[in-house]
This record gives sequence, structure tokens and C-alpha cells, in this order.
Amino acid sequence: MNNYKLWYKVSVITAAILIALVVGALIILAVGGSVFETYWIIISMPFKNMRSFCEVLTRMIPLMIIALGISVSSRSGINNIGAEGQMYMGVIASCAIALHCDGIPRIIAIPLCILFGAIAGAAYGFVPGFLKAKLEVSELLSTVMLNYAAAQFYLFCIRIPMLDPNEKTGTPMTARISSNATLTKFIKGASLHQGIILAAILVVLIYILLFKTTWGYKMRAAGASERAARYGGINVSRYLIISMMISGACAGMAGAVELMGVQGRAMEGITSGYGFSGIVVALFGALHPIGIIPAAFFFGILLYSQVNLQILTAVPPNLVSTLQGLIILIIVAVQMAINNPYSQERFRKRFFKGTIKDIRNTSDICAKGAKEA
Amino acid sequence: MNNERIRELKVEHITKRFPGVLASDNISLTVGEHEILALVGENGAGKTTLMNIIMGLYQPDEGHIYINGEEVNFKSPNDAFAYGIGMVHQQYMLVPNMTVLENITLGMKESWRTTKIDTAMVRTRISEISKKYSLHVDPDAFVWQLSVGEQQRVELVKTLCLGAKFLILDEPTSALTPQETDELIRLLDNMSRELSIIFISHKLNEVKALSHKVSILRHGRVVFNGSTKDYSPKEIAALMTGHEVETTENTESPCEGAPALTINNLCVRSDRGFLALDDFNLEVRQGEIVGLAGVSGNGQRELAEAINGLRKVESGSISFFGEEISNKTPHEVIGLGMGYIPEERNTEGIVPSMSIKENLILKDSEASRFSKAHILKEKEIEDYAQAARKDFDIRSPHINIAAGSLSGGNIQKVILAREISRNPKFLVCVYPIRGLDMGAAEFIHRQLLDLRKKGVGILLISEELEEIMNLSDRIAVIFKGRTQKVLMRDEANSSRLGILMAGVKEDE
Repeated sequence: MNNYKLWYKVSVITAAILIALVVGALIILAVGGSVFETYWIIISMPFKNMRSFCEVLTRMIPLMIIALGISVSSRSGINNIGAEGQMYMGVIASCAIALHCDGIPRIIAIPLCILFGAIAGAAYGFVPGFLKAKLEVSELLSTVMLNYAAAQFYLFCIRIPMLDPNEKTGTPMTARISSNATLTKFIKGASLHQGIILAAILVVLIYILLFKTTWGYKMRAAGASERAARYGGINVSRYLIISMMISGACAGMAGAVELMGVQGRAMEGITSGYGFSGIVVALFGALHPIGIIPAAFFFGILLYSQVNLQILTAVPPNLVSTLQGLIILIIVAVQMAINNPYSQERFRKRFFKGTIKDIRNTSDICAKGAKEA
Repeated sequence: MNNERIRELKVEHITKRFPGVLASDNISLTVGEHEILALVGENGAGKTTLMNIIMGLYQPDEGHIYINGEEVNFKSPNDAFAYGIGMVHQQYMLVPNMTVLENITLGMKESWRTTKIDTAMVRTRISEISKKYSLHVDPDAFVWQLSVGEQQRVELVKTLCLGAKFLILDEPTSALTPQETDELIRLLDNMSRELSIIFISHKLNEVKALSHKVSILRHGRVVFNGSTKDYSPKEIAALMTGHEVETTENTESPCEGAPALTINNLCVRSDRGFLALDDFNLEVRQGEIVGLAGVSGNGQRELAEAINGLRKVESGSISFFGEEISNKTPHEVIGLGMGYIPEERNTEGIVPSMSIKENLILKDSEASRFSKAHILKEKEIEDYAQAARKDFDIRSPHINIAAGSLSGGNIQKVILAREISRNPKFLVCVYPIRGLDMGAAEFIHRQLLDLRKKGVGILLISEELEEIMNLSDRIAVIFKGRTQKVLMRDEANSSRLGILMAGVKEDE
């Protein structure tokens, strides 16, 4: 009976993708690139060989971890735009430990570094959570401002106190972290590292937290209706703060993993904007741990294509960011369209007239059922 | 703008289907000039859908609409306006931080000039309409400053300013006080000399007082069409619900239970900062229903919230079975056995986007019955919800649909199911049947009386005097945050309560 709704959604999403492709094509043409070639590179390169596929998976790791955290905070009713800053804090904290892990067995060193990343991120997430819960400071304002503060603090750390002592050119970066704190790569020559195990574990943990535990239940209740949650005896401010700390911990872990698995040292631009892309991934994945996996894969492909476009074409890699922005805009528009009952109705009338069965019978059955019950 | 008078509005064989529901089933109605048609029926009978079809918000799947014998086809509310049909919705469509004048201007396209708005013209129009129908509004007042009744007058003036000659009113009295209701009925009666009106209601005394004709809808079908004066409210009620309706009444002798809730010298501030409760006193015993009568806005909401830990107590005490509960957290108050049916059932009583199942455990997710080591026991929750759905007659296809998608009566049953299944020691009930149809109201009243029999004390806050007089053992009247008077049930009658509610002290 809901058949037309499904078709409606499918056609809206298809239309959205087409619009994104067409607008993207116009932009490519405007910068003098070849539309077909550009799209072909974006789509085909990740599947060319194992190595490039691993590149996509590697980019999925921080995206997924951050998006999982965002899904917790968003479902609890607070918008964490501060994942970028929390990720910086995670990098710097885990780096401080990871630099001094020589002599500590890997089995201890690696969890320890990730833990410190998580703690730093959680602490940095606590601040806007606390401000919102106790003083009603808008989290949009506080998290964005804290992003700037974190970026500057991070730069200061890698420029002065943690600067690589052997670095003579003045490039701001730390020394290489201890090999005991480096995440192992699965395949020689491919970038994919053990961080993906952490991401997979977190998918399961966050899923259980949100949907199987009383904590997750209360967080979702508080996020869906603060008033009803308060009425139900739920300590809304407490869960707001906890959810922000979980969200921050995830971003911090994403930073730690990026440091320990990919870069090997803290340097400028280590976050690569994952903190922001992660928000989009979370929304794209409908704030659901399972939905986040394909969403992160899709954005992994987009991010990886930046590298390829730079190497293989004259198209500026920033085009991908433009495409990303377009997609976000279109998602928002599509969500509005999907939820609009009037356009649903028009769609049904236009394409499904007469095919809906006379439901007089079913409603009679419903009425009968209600009477019996 | 079509200036022709509407001599007759006729709908014929209107059918409208929504997925899974036949909302209108072959409906035919006629309304003549200067006629008032009351459209009654239980919640979900299809009244609002039918009106939305007439207004062009929905297109019928089958059937036709005729005005003065000529077929019309409204694609949007604008088309209906053009013919002079205007609707006042149950939820008012006003911008709170704009003035009355600005709100009315919003809909009046003919006052929009290219660069400015012709406010003078709107003002003249408002005063013309106000005079003609004796609907007094202050064009410069901000909407947020107005009471619900005044806001409704603004809606009426707005609709009339747009040139409506045919009014559709969706449950116009559902948010009004008894006095405001009486005034509205007078106004509408007056207006029917100029206009035709369809009004939706399930308060049968209003139907009787106001309408010339009545049509009853049940499950999307017209089950009755007739002239109002030939039928008693009781007969109409029976046709509406499909069975004889008995009013539930508390007939037992007043109880002598021990005090359950004792409130002394309570002072509580409202959201705007003034003292909403000012030295308020009340006592409710176990196994007793105390009705708190009063015009809404006299501190009832603040009282309910203060008892339940949702609002700060400035001074005074609330003693619950001997324990002081003022300024405890909601969680602590719930833990002591307090049940609460809040005023705002759609936003406070339930989490609208969560399922019925999840809403039923809102207060008890940590109870050992529903979780172990913080892991939810899904099987138990499922079984419990199925049982509650059956026991409380919650009409829904299954227990996993969003509670917010249910009708008002069913939402109230979900809340009631949750509160009663917790075996409370006490229950605070705020406007429990506001906006509900008779079937649901009767069900809820019976449940409350059953609770009373089990020895639970109930504080029943309501503006419906009939409800209060039928159920209460004692009746307290609240006025401006103070207890005006406490009466035994047999001392109370509606005129005495009405005078007390208006703030007149009896010894004056």
C-alpha cells in the first residue's frame, strides 16, 4: 500500500543525484575540465586496484569514528560542530604519549595513546556540553569558537613545546611517534591500518549504546523532546553533557588513529577537515551507526578523488569540496521534499492514479480489529 | 474576489482515502444561507479531513463540491478564499510577536503595495468588521499579549477581513474557558444573520445551543443528518458513539483516608516571573478525588509542575505522605509514587517521535522489570506494551508506530496506561479530557474512579465544571494563585463555582 511512497523517495533521490551531477558538470566546464573524464576518475579510480581501494577505506576510518560520535550528540539534542577541535585535541594528547612509548609493549602503548586521545576529545566536548546544559549557551556558537581555539593551541604545541628537535627548516611538526605506538598496516604498500578495527568496534558499541541500553534510550528521549524527558524524570542536562563527551571522545580517537595509523607525527592540517566532513557523513547516514558505513564509504571515495584529480587532470581538487557542498545542499532540499505530504500526494495522483486498490475493505477490517481488541 | 453571496454550499459523494484509512466515505452535505451546521463525531471520524477538502487543502478522490449549484474545483485554500470561504483552524495561525494589525495584513494581499503596505486601509477594514459583528479587537496589541479567547477573535476578524462569507470553524471552543465559550456562541449566533457557518465540535451542549442542523460522522461516513432542535444532546451522543453514553459519576460517600498530599503556603513563580501561586493551600487524602476548578492561567499549570519537581518552589511546603517534596527533582518525585498526567499531552506527556512501546517505559527504563545492568529487556517491554495496548484500548495498528501520530484520545490512553500501570500512590491530572471525544473521555473517567477505589488520591485540575462535579469528592476553586474556597461535592453547583472562579468571595 505504501508502494508509491517508496517510488516517490527513489525518484526524489535519483533526481537529486542527477541535479548534483549536472551542476557539478557545469562547474567542471567552467574551470575548463572534461566532465566525463572527471566523473570517471572519481568513480573508477577507487576500484582500480587493492591499493587505491585501501586508500578509500583509510579515509573512511576517521569519517566513521567522528560520524558515530556526531550521531550520539545529535540524537541527544545537541549539534556538535566542534568535532574538528576535539580531533585536534585528540591528536595532540595522543601524540604527547606516543612520542614516549619506546620500551612500552605495543599491546599497552596503542590502547593507551587512543585512550588519551579519547580523554582529551571528551574533555574538550565537555565544555560546550556543560555550557549548554547549565547556562543555555548555544552549542553552535561555543563549538565553532572552540574549534578556532583548538587549532591555534595545536599549532602552538607543534611549533614550540613539541617541535621536532631534529627539524632545522622550521616546519612546524613533532618528531615521529614511537614505532610501538604506530598502528600496523594490513597489506604492505597499502595505507589501510588497524584503525579500521577500532571503527568497526565503535559501530557495534554505539549501536548498542543508542538502541539497546537505558542510557541510549534516555539520550534519544532527551534529544527528541526535552520537555517530555524532563517530565519522565530524565536528567536532561546530565545526558546532554555525557553525549557531548562521547561525541568528543570519538573525535579525539579519530585524531589519535589518524596520527598513529597515517601520519606518524603531528603536523599542520592533520585533521584534513574530517571534523566537518564527519558531520555530513553522520547526517547522510541518517544518524544511524549502520547508515554511517555506506555514507563514510561514499565520502571516502569523494575525498580520495581529490588526490587523483590533482595528479591526473587539470581540474582543481577543490572541485570535490564544491561537489561535497552541493551534495549537502541537495540532501537538505531532498529531505524537505521527501517529507512533504502535499508533493507526495501530487506524485501519487500523477503516477499512481487508479492503481491503488480500493481500501474500503482494509479499513473495515481495521475497524473490526479495533472493536475486537 | 467573487462577490456573489453563497446561497448554498453542497458537497456530494465525497470520498477521500489515505493509505490504510478511508477518511471520507461518500459524504454528502448541504448548507444554506444563514445556516449553522454542526459537524460532530468522535476523534478520527473524518471531520477535519472533510473541511480540508472543502478548503482545497486536500483534493477528494471522488465527489464534487457545488456553490450555488455550480461545480467548483479548489486547488488550494486561495481558491476557496476567492469564493468567500474562510476557515479558522483549531491551532491558531498567528505570529505571536507581531501586532494584530500586522497579522491581519499578512493575509490581505490587496493591502500590499509595491514598496509599502497600506495599513490605513487594513485598519479601516478591521474597524468596519469589528463594528458589524461586534468583534472587538485592539489592532495595536501584540498577539502574545492576548488570551486564547482574544486570539480566536483575531482569527475571526482576520478571516472576515479577507472577505469570508462562509465560515468553517474547527473545534472553536476547545481551548476556551466556559465564559469565553458562552461569548463565542453569542457572537456566532449573531453572525449567522450575515453568514453561513459550519462548525466542528464534540461538545453537544454547544451544538444544541448554536446550530440549526447537525450532521454526525462516524468512521468517515455520515450516519445522521437532522435538525438540531428535534434531538436531545443524549440522543446525539448515542448516534455519535454508536451506543448509549452513560456519564461516569462518583457516587460514593466522601472518604476519610489519611492525608496524601498537603500543600501549605506555597509560592511559585510563573515563566514571566510573577507569583503564579501565592500562599496556596490544599489537602488531598488517600482515596479521594479533589477537583481544582478555575479559569486556566490562574496558577494551575504552575501548581502541577511544582508538585512534580518541574518548577522551583519559592517558599512554602508540599508534603507527600509526610515527606517534603518541594524542590526535589522529577526523578525523586516519581520514585516516591507520584503519577502525573500533564496538560500538554502531545509535547510533554509523550515523546512524539518515539514509538508507543518506548513511551510506555519513559519513567521506568531503569526498573528491573525493563532493564538489567542498563541493557533494555526488549521481550519484556514488548509484552508489557502489548498488554497495555489491549487493557487501555489504545487504537493503533501496532506498538511500534510513533506515539505522536496517534489521535489525542489515544495519546492520552498511552499516558494513562503508563501512569496507572506504575501503580502510583497519587495522581495529578491536568485537563485530562480536553479536546477528547465522549468515548475516550468516558474511558478515562472510569479509570480515574477505579484508581480512587484502590485508595489512590487524585488531584483533578480542570476547567470543565461538569467533569469536576461528576468526579470529585471535594472541589477547590483556584483564583489568582490562591485557594478561593473548598466545597464538598453536594455543596457545589455550577453557578456557585462559576462565581467563585470569577474571583468573587462568597462572604463579600
